[in-house]
Amino acid sequence: MNKIIKYVLYDIIRNKIVVAYTLFLLLLSIGLFNLGSSPEKGLLSLLNLVLLTVPLISIVFATTHFYNSYEFMELLVSQPIKRSKIFMSEFLGVTLSLSAAILIGIGIPVVLFAPGATGLYLVLTGVFITFIFVAMAFLASVITRDKAKGIGIALMLWFYFALIYDGIVLFILYSFGDYPLEYATLALTALNPVDLGRVMVLLNLDVSAMMGYTGALYKSIFGSGWGVGIAFLVLVLWVMVPLLLSRRAFTRRDL
Amino acid sequence: MIAIENLSKTYGKLKVLDNLSVNFDGGRVVSIIGPNGAGKTTMSKCILGMVLPDSGDIKFNGESVLKHHAYRSQIGYMPQIGKYPENMKIRQVIEMVRDIRKDATVIDEELIGLYGLQNIYDKRMGSLSGGTKQKVSAALAFLFDPQVLILDEPTAGLDPISAEILKCKILKEKKKGKLILITSHIMSEVEEVADEVMCLMDGAVKFHDTISGIKQNTNEERLSRAIAKIMNEED
Repeated sequence: MNKIIKYVLYDIIRNKIVVAYTLFLLLLSIGLFNLGSSPEKGLLSLLNLVLLTVPLISIVFATTHFYNSYEFMELLVSQPIKRSKIFMSEFLGVTLSLSAAILIGIGIPVVLFAPGATGLYLVLTGVFITFIFVAMAFLASVITRDKAKGIGIALMLWFYFALIYDGIVLFILYSFGDYPLEYATLALTALNPVDLGRVMVLLNLDVSAMMGYTGALYKSIFGSGWGVGIAFLVLVLWVMVPLLLSRRAFTRRDL
Repeated sequence: MIAIENLSKTYGKLKVLDNLSVNFDGGRVVSIIGPNGAGKTTMSKCILGMVLPDSGDIKFNGESVLKHHAYRSQIGYMPQIGKYPENMKIRQVIEMVRDIRKDATVIDEELIGLYGLQNIYDKRMGSLSGGTKQKVSAALAFLFDPQVLILDEPTAGLDPISAEILKCKILKEKKKGKLILITSHIMSEVEEVADEVMCLMDGAVKFHDTISGIKQNTNEERLSRAIAKIMNEED
């Protein structure tokens, strides 16, 4: 398996997109930390931009990579290698290289300008979001053979989780404002990994006081080690479900 | 060596393989013929596990190949149209496959030498002509000295000299007791290398016999005429 990952990584590094992505994140982080008056504000702006760009780049990059690696996978499938091994190597190759970009591009500036638990949560959230959206991208690419369709599905997923979902949540909160919605919002948060990541980082910043009663509930849940543990567990589920579904589909399709 | 039992495969509504059963023994060159879309490539891909059949079984030396992968170390495959990562060099493709198959003990580099692939080792796969890609495919198929070779229209894109080299190699490997399956449309070539002819039609075996057997049954001197005769008889 390591050998195949080696060739996948070799291929990814050579097309230089990941290097450009690392530089982009690095510039973004350093710029935001230097613009803001305090490192806290820098972290907040960085969080918002990371939650918008990281899913988009991860899902688009992973989808195009999958379709471009079709020949590579076809070559390997006629060799004595398990299909699931080929698939997992592709997945790990993409996620590891994109995660390395986050560790360098966001991790290093955070350590330099705003070291602490919040920064750590931000980097961890970025890595989880990368894994989740690459898994969804692979699911989209396994489902359809048509490259344009696959990228279309991937972009729709991004739209849904990054933009549309928040609109739906706002609509629900507004329509049912007369009812106690604290636990319902909590459940809704768990249904979107981007929101889950956002809440986890926000609660470590002191801005949660401005989030009202729901904020206080979040604080009491996510503030404890228990709550954070469950939140991470939900994020792991968000990686595993699309990953296992797509692996299953990949091992049962014709090449 | 390879036994196919009641194999069926449909693509959507199209029935490509229809309850196909056939046996192939070692030390033979079997030519698989049949009209376009008869299921020749699908059958080869099923043996390789690239296409998963709807029903039926394939046995390699008595053991089912479905959901297994280790048996593929004993099969060399040369696809009809070789698809390779465009930005890899010939050297990298060959080294990668060798790296992945490190446990292979016997390495047969004869075709790499005969085709002079070393001289163009640093060319990118994407820049190669169709025929040169075929040479790389052929070299890779024979590289690990497998017991079974599946060659899908091997000489279609090759120049006459390269095709001749391949034919000699096929006959040489046959003498070592290997099973070689060739799909081809060129009857003169079939007559030259093959021992048996298996004809697929609409996903089922139309006939499967030795070349001399076919000629005797039809009273024809030339294989192409004999086969045309069988095909026309049924209509």
